[in-house]
Amino acid sequence: MKKILVGLKRVVDYNVRIRVKSDGSGIETDGVKMSINPFDEIALEEALRIKEKGAADEVIVVSIGSSDSQQQLRTGLAMGADRAILVETNDNVDTLSCARALLEIINKEDPFLVIVGKQAIDDDNIQTGQMLATLWERPQATFASQLEIDGDVLHVTREVDIGLEKIDVDLPAVVTADLRLNEPRYVKLPDIMKAKKKPLDSIPFADLAVAPGPQITELRFEPPSEREKGIMVDDVQGLVAALQGKGLV
Amino acid sequence: MAKILIIAEHDGTTLNPSAAKTVSCAAQIDGGEIDVLVLAESASQVAAEAAAMDSVRRVLTIEDVANKHAIAAVLAPQVVSLADSYSHIFGPSTTFGKDLMPRVAALLGVNQISDIMSVEGTHTFKRPIYAGSAVVTLEAPADIPVVATVRVASYGAVESSNSAPIEGVDCVADLPAHTRFVELQAGSSDRPDLQTAAKVVAGGRALGSAESFDLIYALAEKLGGGVGASRAAVDAGYVPNEMQVGQTGKIIAPDLYIAIGISGAIQHLTGIKDAGTIVAINKDEEAPIFEVADIGLVGDLFAVLPELTEALS
Repeated sequence: MKKILVGLKRVVDYNVRIRVKSDGSGIETDGVKMSINPFDEIALEEALRIKEKGAADEVIVVSIGSSDSQQQLRTGLAMGADRAILVETNDNVDTLSCARALLEIINKEDPFLVIVGKQAIDDDNIQTGQMLATLWERPQATFASQLEIDGDVLHVTREVDIGLEKIDVDLPAVVTADLRLNEPRYVKLPDIMKAKKKPLDSIPFADLAVAPGPQITELRFEPPSEREKGIMVDDVQGLVAALQGKGLV
Repeated sequence: MAKILIIAEHDGTTLNPSAAKTVSCAAQIDGGEIDVLVLAESASQVAAEAAAMDSVRRVLTIEDVANKHAIAAVLAPQVVSLADSYSHIFGPSTTFGKDLMPRVAALLGVNQISDIMSVEGTHTFKRPIYAGSAVVTLEAPADIPVVATVRVASYGAVESSNSAPIEGVDCVADLPAHTRFVELQAGSSDRPDLQTAAKVVAGGRALGSAESFDLIYALAEKLGGGVGASRAAVDAGYVPNEMQVGQTGKIIAPDLYIAIGISGAIQHLTGIKDAGTIVAINKDEEAPIFEVADIGLVGDLFAVLPELTEALS
């Protein structure tokens, strides 16, 4: 059985304007709309397309978090994943521990490909896929915008700062999905009904016996510094004058 | 005493400008001794540039044919082979550093701090989260190496008036062969680099086509500036991916940023908030870009742009 494992993280929806709690202890998430991290949605879409082309037999979605993450896993099942695994914990999990937990799932499921989003839009860390590939002692193809499976090799196009880089990696491997890898499908109502019958297993985080990573402590949160209010000009003449006033042209 | 190792990004012949900004960040750490590591097939040219950077104590080079292209799985074990001597290991928050540094952290069994924007102490740093909508202050454990990437837009480059010693180091790490470089399709290089240009002109979805971007290029050329774009413009295929500015593209800090037909989603604004002066030209006076603009002009870009380019002649 050729399996693809996809990581799905529950995050504050990208349309929400987040606020820092007034005591600086964190971000206000009560009553805020939560969604699948958009990059993880792209990761899942890619896995589904690979399966639909016949290059994989099963797509498994996995999330690490509280029981609330079941919602996002159900959405993943409605998109077309075959089954879901929730590694359940109410604690904040550091990235290294997250990668260690995913490795435990990999060791159990033996996928030939793991796809995760290139970053989560909450912490913007851009670490999990790379750490997982390292612990698994397998290649990573980060910021992928195109994938092509060719036997035991994966041809990957990566979005890098100066353009597009093509690399070949031996499978199994970890891919992190960039924006232009694909456009995720919309979930249809019948699929949501079908998804309710698909298997969703919960594993307590503690059962994976993962050694916690050395903790980085979050001391305080604050809003970013605001820019000073600017001026409006009426026409191009006014714009040029304002730029000249600042010595910029 | 902090001992800091900085992994230099380069293309085999030239040091990437991110290196001098990463050094600038590291120099904020009290009493830090800064070494720069150049991993290359042939390092001498890049190492000479690195040795000229102020605040650098010495430059280490590991030359190996496997280092011809920057493959994270190949570079990381070499970095780790030197880690014992350092309290901090920093890389730039470019696609090079973002790819490499978590691999270093995982090999060392530590968590990583991404996108340092401010040094508050030897182990205390600020970084942006939620596309820059919040800033968190983090404290790393004191007894293990701090592995981090530096948000290069938050730092100016150090000067190049130094001549630090250069020392070759043997590669002792086992290097994997499971990842192979095939080719690089680099964008055209006749314009100033987006990440270091003093002036940047950027276009959004409102340009409507790849052809209309000629208006942006013309203004950029007049200003001697680089060209950027919003995600919407890249997604629509008007311009290539390397021009994208924002949370998932490039974070830039030019002296002048001119946003044209860009509405100003939070994901875009986080990429430009360190710009010296932000100019917004948009026909929608309610566009959020005007909330951060220093100079705003409500108008039709197809009328305004030719007039502006002409006026600057």
